[in-house]
Amino acid sequence: MSPHSGLSGSGANPLRDPADRRLPRIAGPSGLVIFGVTGDLSRKKLMPAVYDLANRGLLPPGFSLVGFARREWEHEDFAQEVHDAVREHARTPFREEVWQQLVQGMRFVQGTFDDDDAFERLRATIEELDKAQGTGGNFAFYLSVPPRSFPVVIQQLKKHGLADQKNGSWRRAVIEKPFGHDLASAEELNKVVHEVFGSDQVFRIDHYLGKETVQNILALRFANTMFEPIWNRSFVDHVQITMAEDIGIGGRAGYYDGIGAARDVIQNHLLQLMALTAMEEPASFDADALAAEKTKVLGAVRLPKDLGRDTVRGQYAAGWQGGEKAVGYLEEDGIDPKSKTDTYAAIKLGVDNRRWAGVPFYLRTGKRLGRRVTEIAVVFQRAPHSPFDSTATEELGANAIVIRVQPDEGITVRFGSKVPGTSMEIRDVSMDFAYGESFTESSPEAYERLILDVLLGDSNLFPRTEEVELSWKILDPIEQYWDKNGKPAQYPSGTWGPVEADQMLERDGRSWRRP
Amino acid sequence: MKTDLTDTTASKINKALVQGRRAIGTPAVGMVLTLVVVTDEENAYDALKAANDASHEHPSRTLVVIKRVSRSSRGRTQSRLDAEVRLGADAGSGETVILRLYGEVSDHAQSVVLPLLLPDAPVVVWWSVDAPRDPAGDPLGALGQRRVTDSYAAEKPIGELRARADSYEPGDTDLAWARITPWRSMLAAALDQVSCEIVSAEVAGEEANPSVELLAMWLADRLHVHVRRAVSAGPGLTQVRMETTGGPITLHRSDGAMATLALPGQPDRAVALKRRETSELLAEELRRLDPDDTYASALRFGVDRLGGQSAAEREAERAAAAAQPTPALPVRTATEPAAADREAEPARPAAVPASQGDADRPSPAQMPPVRKADPQ
Repeated sequence: MSPHSGLSGSGANPLRDPADRRLPRIAGPSGLVIFGVTGDLSRKKLMPAVYDLANRGLLPPGFSLVGFARREWEHEDFAQEVHDAVREHARTPFREEVWQQLVQGMRFVQGTFDDDDAFERLRATIEELDKAQGTGGNFAFYLSVPPRSFPVVIQQLKKHGLADQKNGSWRRAVIEKPFGHDLASAEELNKVVHEVFGSDQVFRIDHYLGKETVQNILALRFANTMFEPIWNRSFVDHVQITMAEDIGIGGRAGYYDGIGAARDVIQNHLLQLMALTAMEEPASFDADALAAEKTKVLGAVRLPKDLGRDTVRGQYAAGWQGGEKAVGYLEEDGIDPKSKTDTYAAIKLGVDNRRWAGVPFYLRTGKRLGRRVTEIAVVFQRAPHSPFDSTATEELGANAIVIRVQPDEGITVRFGSKVPGTSMEIRDVSMDFAYGESFTESSPEAYERLILDVLLGDSNLFPRTEEVELSWKILDPIEQYWDKNGKPAQYPSGTWGPVEADQMLERDGRSWRRP
Repeated sequence: MKTDLTDTTASKINKALVQGRRAIGTPAVGMVLTLVVVTDEENAYDALKAANDASHEHPSRTLVVIKRVSRSSRGRTQSRLDAEVRLGADAGSGETVILRLYGEVSDHAQSVVLPLLLPDAPVVVWWSVDAPRDPAGDPLGALGQRRVTDSYAAEKPIGELRARADSYEPGDTDLAWARITPWRSMLAAALDQVSCEIVSAEVAGEEANPSVELLAMWLADRLHVHVRRAVSAGPGLTQVRMETTGGPITLHRSDGAMATLALPGQPDRAVALKRRETSELLAEELRRLDPDDTYASALRFGVDRLGGQSAAEREAERAAAAAQPTPALPVRTATEPAAADREAEPARPAAVPASQGDADRPSPAQMPPVRKADPQ
């Protein structure tokens, strides 16, 4: 059991034994309150994740789920909504007895965020659940709400005593990205949240960190011997981290315009992936040690001298994406035709430490690209000398280790191999470890893992305040430069981004991988 | 894709596997282990289905060993190996080879299985029925890091548990043990929530269900209190009751699906505790391939030290048991300080059957003797 879990069992539980690897980590008595429960995220991810956790026997008996939203619902309507969401989106098969266990602890509180009566009702509901379900006063508040509502909800929780931890119980806040839109706003948000919740009780969800493949980066690097010796500037030529989406902004015009791809993706997901790829070995696998190493490497990130040369932003233009006609960003509903928001961003970063000096990290993300893919490619230097003549190795590229984060989770190793035949010809081949090939059915969704960790109080997989602020320090100068200079390059939908991005790598004598 | 090979050898089977992979276009496969399923014709279908379902979580090469026994003595002297190679959609996720062994070769199944094991990957041997007395000493069992038996499938489960304790080697495990994981985790979670001393415990369940005994032995081993085994109508396990200084803790399940957890001073709570499919149990077994020390420790507590078995049952078991001291088991000794107290307990197991305990063991399907290959 995690020492952070704050459970009441003061003495050692005789039935728990570290050697007993079969016993899962079950959260202590607790409940989850979701604000904005009628939203998409809640329906598609959170509710199914709660059910899947229950189905795997990882939720405590009496676990309670409270929905808070404006909609005029009774408890039964809410339960029905959860039922439908679970039926449609849950990963594990629907089982009536699991549902019966869950439904006993479901409540709905109707109200708006500025409605004091509603928060009083919420407090009464929580007290009632403590009596009926034995949740022991332990509640996590999941804020699945637009960023502008954060301060209101947090203040209301404080005002109505909902954030007070009494008699050894805990109250935690779970917040989703975006964590601000620049350093100043992030600091402001952190101030608002930390005024009410202690820093160890605030969990920032970056769902990428809940993915098995991302956790596997650490296993790959630190549990093996064959990768770590070459994981440095002596062997690595450069690193490419890509997150591509094939969809446009959909109905999110209001949120997306003015934010853009870099703030939406690079600031959190890509910089976290970069930190995990580049960090030194942590002293242990606990939250503090991990955060210390990630913070160190994010602090060592160096921006390019010439931001105009080594950063590129773009906007998708009309085109064909996967056989469908797609409109350009500026023609989307609700977008100002003169908008300068980036839907594509590529930046080059350096890491100033002994391991990585001189190795560029290329980060790129975009919407309406060729296909949906997230990957980390560590590209190695070419052999310093080759006994084969140049015609034999004409087709040979650089060796690479590619961590495929999604979809088709796994790891690819690319290296040269002789083509069968009488002449000497060497060509690239791929060796695959396919995580997703057969493990998909049972590997848990990121949200399952993260919600369980929140209930257990285990903060390994959650970015901390310092990490968020450091990430903004990296991105802010770039955004400021973009604000003042030029405008986004246009790229046709369904391609791999603007030509400027290709030129950016060409100048360094490199090229983007086609993921 | 299916290939039938009649009167064949392991090298021909290997060739068929390689050709089959080429034909369906997946030359590289990410299989993580070899699962050897030892079964008979009667149980082959269910066992294979469970193994295929489990292979979705653990992509594996599944080798199903079916020993066929001829009714005529002439047939028994002849020897033949038939194989069915399944790849792609027909084999869950991974590859399946069904091996049918006739006559003499069925005594040398390990010679067929050994060349078909995946290089360097762990091997798990699972006897869906008729597990050998000494799994680690069995020629097939000796190939595996992990040996999975199922005392629930045995005719006399209590005797089976004694035998398991006798012959335990690190890597042995029992599906009857995997069946109680949800109960164990719920009980551990219950104790997380209260801080009080446990005085005694009682575990109730249907007769002839070794999971009940295993749970009781685990509780006795961990809590160092007297644990009674009570008989109920089932299905499966029905109740665990722990008397504590703060009042009783009960976990009660009457319908095999929904249980009620009652803790002192807290409202009763419903928890889902469904009986699981064999494939789920197998998937759990395959998740960890290191020795299960907790199982070993619970097993070697000794089924005879539990209180409250029905008198008749105990008599019958005693009769079959030989008066020999418990042999020292090759497992890590428990390091908890209370271990010394346990040594001082008066109720040391009086009798545990040793090698001659085979008498209470049903001869497999009462069929002509399929001689087990000599372990030497």
